[in-house]
Amino acid sequence: MSNAEILEGLASIVNEVAGTPVADITPEKAFIDDLDIDSLSMVEVVMACEDKFGVSIPDGEVKNLKTVGDAVSYIEKAQQG
Amino acid sequence: MTKPLRQTAPRPGSRIVSLGTYRPARVVTNDELAPRIDSSDEWIRERTGIVERRFAAADESVADMAVAAAGKALAASGIAPESIDMVLLATVTHPFQTPSAAAEVADRIGAKGAAALDVAAACAGFCYALGIADSLIRTGTSENILIIGVEKLSDFVSLDDRGAAFIFADGAGAAVVTPADHPGIGPVVWGADGAQKDAITMTQSWIEYRDDPQPQYPVLKMQGQQVFRWAVGEISKVCQQALEAAGVTADDLVAFVPHQANMRITDAMVRQMKLPAHVVVARDIETTGNTSAASVPLALDALVATHDLPSGGLALLVGFGAGLAFAAQVIELP
Repeated sequence: MSNAEILEGLASIVNEVAGTPVADITPEKAFIDDLDIDSLSMVEVVMACEDKFGVSIPDGEVKNLKTVGDAVSYIEKAQQG
Repeated sequence: MTKPLRQTAPRPGSRIVSLGTYRPARVVTNDELAPRIDSSDEWIRERTGIVERRFAAADESVADMAVAAAGKALAASGIAPESIDMVLLATVTHPFQTPSAAAEVADRIGAKGAAALDVAAACAGFCYALGIADSLIRTGTSENILIIGVEKLSDFVSLDDRGAAFIFADGAGAAVVTPADHPGIGPVVWGADGAQKDAITMTQSWIEYRDDPQPQYPVLKMQGQQVFRWAVGEISKVCQQALEAAGVTADDLVAFVPHQANMRITDAMVRQMKLPAHVVVARDIETTGNTSAASVPLALDALVATHDLPSGGLALLVGFGAGLAFAAQVIELP
């Protein structure tokens, strides 16, 4: 799956969980500070990503995913690995 | 040849005939709790959906609240107390190792001589007790069962804990379960994951408390994010299994009554399960908080009282919490 496809899929997940407009969900945005995703919403986003992208994102990893870009690269690597 | 043992005669089903609840008088607002945890009404509402909750009075015990709820359920059932032959009481906050709260409650409500035991399955307690009650009645072991979910969590939560102070609360809910000519309670789907026992636990054991040179009274502590992930991911599947076990689908439901853990968990479960819009969802946590074993009967009773739900309509109940233990079943509404 390409970087752009992962971003598109992630944006639709964030939109569904938090109602954030898809256009606002760009790689440099931080989940907590820019997109108003709190810790519980982040857990929901992570679970939806696991389903959609067929990857595993352990609890310990979630705190390292600060921006949308962090999540996209993590998912990309996990899919390749 | 050994003489064959006789057994009790099985029955086709059981059902809940009545509910009764007890909500303590004292309303505790978010504003009252917020200063000690450096929080605010808005923050608590956003994270939990809780606006206010009830705390029992200092001299009000788990057994007192259980007796109050049980009395109302019995009165509404039309069944005489002495006809109750089993009392199942779900709690984790009865402050005696032994005897059980169930034995005291059975005596105080006039169910003299009834079998009685406490069920320690935390927030899954009421649904566990209901599953046990249904089995006892269908096997012919018991006839009329009183089940109660009751907690005084305000005794076992630190008001300085930023992860728990604003979540937990007190209350009691009871149900009378009797034989029925068809299943009014579907198969229970239950289990536990002891590998996650530390997700919701006490800060220390009574032995550690006794031996600690600076004893810290044991209170509940919870890993909120871990519990959230488990509840939304796994318990939504358990709900689906309970529907399948009963031979129905979400379309057949009139109500969904999940344990009132956190409004955010309820919302996420509803999304995950893709519940049809016509299914009324219990959101009693807003004014009740998380009352652990009491939350399902409190929420069910509030839903029946505020919505025009048909008697015999199907509701999906699910409890989940410390253990991590869970139990779900479909019931016909009383």
